[in-house]
Amino acid sequence: MRVLMFGWEFPPFISGGLGTACFGLTKQLAKRNVKILFVLPKIKGASQVEAAGDITIIGGQNYLSNEIEEVKKKISFFEKEFTVNSPLRPYISYESYKDYLEKIKEFEKESNGLHSSKGNFSIDFSGDYGQDLLSEVARFALVGRYLAQRESFDIIHAHDWMTFLAAIEAKKISGKPLVIHVHATEIDRCGENCNSEVFNLEKHGMENADRIIAVSHRTKEIIIQYYQIDPNKISVVHNGVDLDEIYQYDKTTRPFKNEKMVLYLGRITMQKGPDYFLEAAHLVVKRVQNVRFVMAGSGDMTRRLIERMAALRIADRFHFTGFLGKTDRERLFAMSDLYVMPSVSEPFGITPLEAMRYNIPVIISKQSGVAELLSNVIKVDFWDVNKLASAIINVLERPQIASSLSEHNNEILQKMNWGVAADKVIDVYNSYR
Amino acid sequence: MSVSVCFYFQVHQPFRLRKDYNFFSIGPDHSYEDVNSNRSILLKIANKCYLPTNNLMLKLINRHKGAFKISYSISGVILEQFELYAPHVLDSFKALVDTGCVELINETYYHSLSFLKSKDEFREQVTAHKNKIRELFGYNCTTFRNTELIYNNELAAEVEKMGYKTILAEGIERILGWRSPNFVYYPASAPKLKLLLKNYRLSDDIAFRFSNRGWHDFPLTAEKYASWVHSIAGNGEVIGLFMDYETFGEHQWEDTGIFNFMEALPEKIFAHPDYRFQTPSEVAQTYPPVGPIDSVHYVSWADIDRDLSAWLGNPMQDSALEFAYSLESAVKKTQDPALIHTWRKLLTSDHYYYVCTKWFNDGDVHKYFNPYENPYDAYMVYINVLNDLKLTLKQRGVLP
Repeated sequence: MRVLMFGWEFPPFISGGLGTACFGLTKQLAKRNVKILFVLPKIKGASQVEAAGDITIIGGQNYLSNEIEEVKKKISFFEKEFTVNSPLRPYISYESYKDYLEKIKEFEKESNGLHSSKGNFSIDFSGDYGQDLLSEVARFALVGRYLAQRESFDIIHAHDWMTFLAAIEAKKISGKPLVIHVHATEIDRCGENCNSEVFNLEKHGMENADRIIAVSHRTKEIIIQYYQIDPNKISVVHNGVDLDEIYQYDKTTRPFKNEKMVLYLGRITMQKGPDYFLEAAHLVVKRVQNVRFVMAGSGDMTRRLIERMAALRIADRFHFTGFLGKTDRERLFAMSDLYVMPSVSEPFGITPLEAMRYNIPVIISKQSGVAELLSNVIKVDFWDVNKLASAIINVLERPQIASSLSEHNNEILQKMNWGVAADKVIDVYNSYR
Repeated sequence: MSVSVCFYFQVHQPFRLRKDYNFFSIGPDHSYEDVNSNRSILLKIANKCYLPTNNLMLKLINRHKGAFKISYSISGVILEQFELYAPHVLDSFKALVDTGCVELINETYYHSLSFLKSKDEFREQVTAHKNKIRELFGYNCTTFRNTELIYNNELAAEVEKMGYKTILAEGIERILGWRSPNFVYYPASAPKLKLLLKNYRLSDDIAFRFSNRGWHDFPLTAEKYASWVHSIAGNGEVIGLFMDYETFGEHQWEDTGIFNFMEALPEKIFAHPDYRFQTPSEVAQTYPPVGPIDSVHYVSWADIDRDLSAWLGNPMQDSALEFAYSLESAVKKTQDPALIHTWRKLLTSDHYYYVCTKWFNDGDVHKYFNPYENPYDAYMVYINVLNDLKLTLKQRGVLP
């Protein structure tokens, strides 16, 4: 079977769960003899910005890169011969889009000529970086049309809204069935302040899809309720977690002796609830001495939260790391004693599973897809800061609670591997053969 | 009736921190300073400003046979950097002091905000600076100026108690009312001390507006400037021209003509027979104070606000200052001179200046002096460093 797959990121250049999910899924699909033509926009400037960051961060211990290369060998990547110069990002908001363009422009000035794609077919989708995000999406659709004319495949698989137009174009040309994979919706990202254009694009994709894969029952419900899609068209395929990528770390070498470390790791945006984590941390440090909080990631709320943290006067107990590469993310998981995911609306939420690989307890919000799968974790409402704070204190101060919460981590994770997810995705494909 | 022109130049550069000092550095990594940039910035400014300007000043002193006089406050942290990276600059300052036409002024060794947080620390830093000046220049200071001319009644009283005769402050309307900055005053809280004020219009004409092409008085010639200075004759006795030394060659580049301007200026000033140059302590001895200045609140020479808001006021700055000084007693308990020195270098006011979030107008100036992309990055680095220092103090057993 050949799949024409549209995605937005792939390791090592990722900014969130979508890249991780695409990696985990395609790796297992490839093992199951699915041929994938993965269309990945090479994001001009942007990926280089992050790539530069990654290279510094990974340093001598880029233990992941070999594996990524292995997987990449099994998948045909269109990025190799097909460059989409676009500043599009899957998680970007209209507000941060402008900032982002500035950053890219600056970078391009510095790296003038660095990015020429020798002899490759290249469409400069936004030579002057037009201000309209949606017109970028529309132009990306040309890629779908072009590939559909040139390549042969059995099915089209598109990850999240920015790829939907391209996938629909490919479907129009080829007549092949379209599977869209919903990792997140505008409802999750923006709540009631929904961007109706993005929402409409998502709805348009869902309506044109032959099959929809939702990453959780929670997401399926959102698709039914807000997008009014026929439930029979939707299959739930939970994400998996890769168990091999473990960072070796001896906790006794932590610089902060006799202290516990509580971790938040994710984009610092409204959707992820970082403000609830900060407020809970404040309540905890007022009552518990030997605890330290770390917030890893970046996003449009970072500055506001740094100021809030400063105003709360907990700078000696609360740390911001900024955006981290894969290796440092793993290192933080390995250093931590407790992981908290306070998301306001989380379609799936892969980070608690990643944290569980390090045998630590996790606290997650009830408003997350992964809550459907995890029975042996503490679940709180994202807004209930007091409850979150007491839960954190309970875990930190009662080792038996911590160990009972984490003792079955491994068995649970064994059942949540990408192989299971890949089998289900193949079932979805096969329903069209 | 003679009028004295009183030049005071501030010479200071901080020990800047490493911009890459991140969360993972806390614990294993105790090297906080960006040694390479500190060295290269110092050498750059030495070549653009300190060396050529010192040469010019020496030339003017010689040319005018001792009638041209100036004063400097050179922070302890830049003196250390001269010793480390540019001893020849130190030599050129020594040559200037040896002419007898140069007064040296005391300040806090670390160019710190210590008076705001700890009087003990303030006194120790002033003493350290006094000793450093004596050691390097064989000079005993009798004039004091606080970091960035931060000043109020309480400070004046403390400085008087420490035996100083003269103090400098910003000549702003907030403390002057209807009165002119061009006289010697005394602090309401310290009647024995002489208070010299900065004439900020004439000072900023040189320091900030000199090369501003949008300014209606552009271009500024020595002649034109001298005529403004001369217009004060009859209604003033002293004109305090206080500014950063880096004005010459660094803030105003050589190609703006700033050196030619300065070279021509003394002669133009002397064209009026009543005019002369004096150092702050000479001014203080010459003119009796005309009245008290009551400054309950802090004033400074920074930004358009001329208060503390360049360094304090946003939650990041306030939390950073509190955090730093919360370590004071533990740091001192170690009795480890190196560790105490490390902590004190973190008290330099520039670290708080970088965290300023006032973007408009003043923000431009802040940006110019700021090695960080934004105040948030500056704050995170500073806090990470303090956390590492705190960890060290815990390991030494001086903090629980």
